[in-house]
Amino acid sequence: MADLHFLANPARFRRFSQRVLPGLGFATVLMLAFGLYMAFFVAPVDYQQGQTVRIMFLHVPSAWLSMGGYALLAGLGASLLVWRHPLAALMARAAAPVGASFAAVCLLTGSLWGRPMWGTYWVWDARLTSMLLLFFLYLGHIALSRAYDEPERGDRSAAILALVGVINLPIIKFSVDWWNTLHQPASVTRLDAPAIHNSILIPLIWMAVSLLFLFIFLVLVRTETEIDRRRLENAAVQEEEAAA
Amino acid sequence: MTPKRRRLWLLIGSLGTLGVAAALVLSALNDNLVFFYSPTQVAEKSLGPDRRFRLGGLVEAGSVQKDGQVVRFTVTDTNKTIAVVYRGILPDLFREGQGVIAEGALGSDGVFAAREVLAKHDENYMPPEVAKAIKEAGQWKEDKK
Repeated sequence: MADLHFLANPARFRRFSQRVLPGLGFATVLMLAFGLYMAFFVAPVDYQQGQTVRIMFLHVPSAWLSMGGYALLAGLGASLLVWRHPLAALMARAAAPVGASFAAVCLLTGSLWGRPMWGTYWVWDARLTSMLLLFFLYLGHIALSRAYDEPERGDRSAAILALVGVINLPIIKFSVDWWNTLHQPASVTRLDAPAIHNSILIPLIWMAVSLLFLFIFLVLVRTETEIDRRRLENAAVQEEEAAA
Repeated sequence: MTPKRRRLWLLIGSLGTLGVAAALVLSALNDNLVFFYSPTQVAEKSLGPDRRFRLGGLVEAGSVQKDGQVVRFTVTDTNKTIAVVYRGILPDLFREGQGVIAEGALGSDGVFAAREVLAKHDENYMPPEVAKAIKEAGQWKEDKK
């Protein structure tokens, strides 16, 4: 990990991301195309859910990525508050809306699955409620980071929120084990063998990796934009000061 | 101690405290965080009539009787059972041996009058052929009990 330290410098990060982005974007498109093809045409129907099982190929990776994205926000928050890495704040600004989008996709697809399977769009059980809280934490992070005139103060407030909210991640993960919920327990990320047949598990993992590529791609592109934005803002402030 | 080190320990300390606080709150709220009670818990808590709650368990095999829109079935946790009566449309996944959550209240006759019935899905995903093969091999989860 120490080798990633050089990325803490925005200019070097930019050179790195511009080298990586074209290939990454190309790989993302190819992987997503094949993943969706498997999800819709190759994967079999489920013995109980029928075609509805296909929602899972989007729902479950979105849930994983929204939680992973929040862990990333917390890590960036720590590296901003403790080590004052200049890039951390910019990447957090870039990552928060992406993570929020995955959380929203998770909630929406889950709701659409719940109606035919459970018989309801929404219940206030521990899993669904903690997942909704994750979405609100993302929105809070986005709002807080833009709440001050000086962007640095917003960055630091949002970093604290990201670190406080990280408590929610184990609650989401273990909510289905600690309390009885309507939501089913873990099928893949558990200690014994996955409770999903390989013909359904493989497309699921493939989709998860494709969407992870998409997540990384979006965060890198958006981080570049944030670097440019911060530079322009600083330049504008300096011009104003020079004119005054 | 360098400032970096101090900030790191401050951060670890704060997160640790926050984690303990969250754990205490959650364990104190434990009773309110459960989504449903099993028939055994209902018996232990002696939840009387007029108290609305959610009852969860498995639909006992062979217990479902349909009479027009009225459905009668028994919910079991393999230890205790409660009879349920419900009037309305059942979700797709509702079937015998399947997990179910009913919201309503116990009547004076001890029958649970459900206002809403939700089907619980388990964590197993497989194609129909595999499910059939497992059932034929006698390895199905209900058969093993």
